[in-house]
Amino acid sequence: MKKLFLALVASAALIHPAWAALAIDSWTLANGARVLFVENHSIPMIDLNVDFDAGSRRDPPGKAGLAALTAAMLARGVDADSQPGGGGAPNTPAPPALTEAQISDAFADTAAERGGGSDAERASASLRSLSSAAERDAAVRLLARLLAQPSFPADLLERDKARTIAAIKEALTKPDAIASHAFWRLLYGSHPYGQEATVASVGAIGRDDLVRFHASHYVANRAVVSIIGDLSRAEADAIARQLTERLPQGAPLPELPPVPAAQRREERLPHPASQAHILIGMPAEVRGDPDFFALTVGNYILGGGGFVSRLTNEVREKRGLTYGVYSAFMPMAQKGPFQIGLQTKKESAEQARQVVSDTLAAFLRDGPTEAELRAAKDNLIGSFPLRIDNNRKILANIALIGFYNLPLDYLDTWTANIDKVGIADIRAAFARKVEQDRLATVVVGGEAPK
Amino acid sequence: MKFQLRAIVLAWLWLGLQLLALAAPAQEFQLANGMKVIVKEDHRAPTVAHMIWYRTGAMDEVNGTTGVAHALEHMMFKGTTHLKPGEFSRRVAALGGRENAFTSKDFTAYFQQIEKSRLADVMALEADRMANLIFDPDEFAQEIKVVMEERRLRTDDQPLAQVGEALSAAAFVAHPYHHPIVGWMNDLENMTVADARAWYERWYAPNNAVMVVAGDVDAEEVHQLAQKYFGAIPAKPLPARKPQEEPAQHGVRRVTVKAPAENPYVVLAFRAPRLTDVERDDDAHALSVLAAVLDGYDNARLNAALVRTGRVANSVGADYSGLSRGPALFTLDGVPAAGVSTEELERSLRAEVQRIADEGVSEAELQRVKTQLVASQIYKRDSIFGQAMEIGGFEMRGISPAQIDRVIDKLRAVTPQQVQAVARKYFNDDSLTVATLAPLPLSEKKPAAPSGALLR
Repeated sequence: MKKLFLALVASAALIHPAWAALAIDSWTLANGARVLFVENHSIPMIDLNVDFDAGSRRDPPGKAGLAALTAAMLARGVDADSQPGGGGAPNTPAPPALTEAQISDAFADTAAERGGGSDAERASASLRSLSSAAERDAAVRLLARLLAQPSFPADLLERDKARTIAAIKEALTKPDAIASHAFWRLLYGSHPYGQEATVASVGAIGRDDLVRFHASHYVANRAVVSIIGDLSRAEADAIARQLTERLPQGAPLPELPPVPAAQRREERLPHPASQAHILIGMPAEVRGDPDFFALTVGNYILGGGGFVSRLTNEVREKRGLTYGVYSAFMPMAQKGPFQIGLQTKKESAEQARQVVSDTLAAFLRDGPTEAELRAAKDNLIGSFPLRIDNNRKILANIALIGFYNLPLDYLDTWTANIDKVGIADIRAAFARKVEQDRLATVVVGGEAPK
Repeated sequence: MKFQLRAIVLAWLWLGLQLLALAAPAQEFQLANGMKVIVKEDHRAPTVAHMIWYRTGAMDEVNGTTGVAHALEHMMFKGTTHLKPGEFSRRVAALGGRENAFTSKDFTAYFQQIEKSRLADVMALEADRMANLIFDPDEFAQEIKVVMEERRLRTDDQPLAQVGEALSAAAFVAHPYHHPIVGWMNDLENMTVADARAWYERWYAPNNAVMVVAGDVDAEEVHQLAQKYFGAIPAKPLPARKPQEEPAQHGVRRVTVKAPAENPYVVLAFRAPRLTDVERDDDAHALSVLAAVLDGYDNARLNAALVRTGRVANSVGADYSGLSRGPALFTLDGVPAAGVSTEELERSLRAEVQRIADEGVSEAELQRVKTQLVASQIYKRDSIFGQAMEIGGFEMRGISPAQIDRVIDKLRAVTPQQVQAVARKYFNDDSLTVATLAPLPLSEKKPAAPSGALLR
């Protein structure tokens, strides 16, 4: 009891120092899993995340949606453990198989919050847990079983396929989803980034597909384990081992095809909605691109800076044409999109497009002003503490660093790199990345051009 | 089983200690002009969430000018006697701040998140627009168009939002919860800058506002800063608010919305008591626990019975909040699985509540809910913004934030018998409103009339 009390007092005394660099500890396990860890004892909780190269870019042809379904179905059941002890205390019987209800109840009983999902590049499994040993160990042990021994029950696969198909059909009625699918298809064509899950592709998925996908992608040597919270390094190491020790070693994955060259294209799709949804863009930037900081500052000015951006000023503030207009770069493992997006009542679609086009043209031609550059830096540098002021945000940052092999001092040098950017850098970076006559445009709804 | 119980017991021991030892309470001050200041110190990171909450929202609006509370929220960024339109946001951005605002039926709130040394700067900006907002007719003319686009984006083109709008309008016939926060489109089309100015002059006063600050601050210093920047703003007499009590409902109400969509949807809303007295309102606490038993995690009753095993639904939910200035609702909703009608899903949802009314809930089931509830009090400390939101939300509804922990105690004390009792008491036909989405194929929706006319 006394030890506990002293531990509480000690943890209360540790305050995250202002402006100090985040201490990110990183190491690689013998099984090849990469671990990133930030120690922080201010709240008795931990947050962790495991990423695999198991996103939708790895969907086999004709089976788009497999990656997402695999990630979603990890928690539908686990097999009985093959070895006695099974990661728990030695000389205990092998843990039995668990149903989805038992898994859910077990996490709830430790007060852990399990999360996860997948995007184009990563499948993720996350956990928020109390840091007290009993709860933490139980939650981690269970998550390790989900990652290593999912049972993928066939009847639940049918159920989840039906729900996925219902969601796909629903998305096909929504102008924003229709626009997004068309945008990625226009930019990437038959490249994996352009593939979307369809009724047919999900319908074609069988249990064997999940088993195979899981076996070849949920592998220790490509796992990235990120942990933050009330733990020691030794405890973090033990957790990372536990989460990955029963995963197989994976053979190298096939190389992805190159991203197609950008081509000026336009697609108009009808929709009865009162607003037109417009997306404009081209493949532009990879993670780790040397232009990253110039593009970040430049994009803030053009359309990333919310209420203060050029696009918002021209389309929303001056003309009242939209509630939301933005520009963004989405760096990915291969060239991810530059995208401009907005919604406006149908009657204004052509006018809004023209304003966007003129605004972009002026920016590409002249670059930003000194005042805009100063304001952008003031915000990006001044708001940096907001990027790392809680567990969730820090976890997302270190997971990004780990998965995309960004330098460990990425956060430490971020503001200095922003500060170095000049007008010439922005103009040059945008000239390399965004060519106005090679942009693709999607308009969902809206009136036909005159 | 033994291990699980041991785990739960350990968790309770640990959590109890944590709550006692480390949770720092919020501190409250009041300025002479009536403005309340609530400060939650949290020194984990050098950032602060600064919020100004005005106790006025859509429920204070009248027919003909619905949406004005939200429209005024937009106008708060359009210039003061000291700042040009848009300059507020430029200044906050240059300070390294992230900002926004939101309007609800009960309140309107404005916030910035900043590095701690900038708190005085954002306070000065909020004080300026509390007292010195200007109303340029041209700015208003543009901004009301933006609000109409927002309505189109969030409601007119969103079938589920349209159902929600129809539900409120049917469930509340006398109370102003009847109308939507963004306002009816015709009211937006007929709103004038004078309407927005009148709203501001009527409701925006320090004695109708609460400042909430959470983060790496010293409470007394915040108090002094608030006094410095807001102290000179005079209080205003506030108009009497008519209660507009919703009369008792004496029969089920049903409304259908047809919109382009794939899947049908149904939502059931039962009249429910709201929380006014933390110590006495046991039914409100029991209803919160009932909602968690039904939908508190992914193997709660509704998801387990209707999605996972019974397969009558693709998704389901239960929701109740007793924190409300106006009448509260307990809702059940869901998207039926293929081949299942909304009528059948409606029956299935009600059957799950009836099962609890007939058979009760187990102590183990309640323990699971309560374990997560207590843990969430620890997890919430990871977000200063989340804590500021919670404090403001309580304060606006007339429950002191000092009671936040007491509410947790009351929830932990709810018994299986109390859960069963509210399941019996509040889920009758006569206090039920049902709203259903009937999907239309995309091609069948009639084209919109030219702008200026309404076709709904």
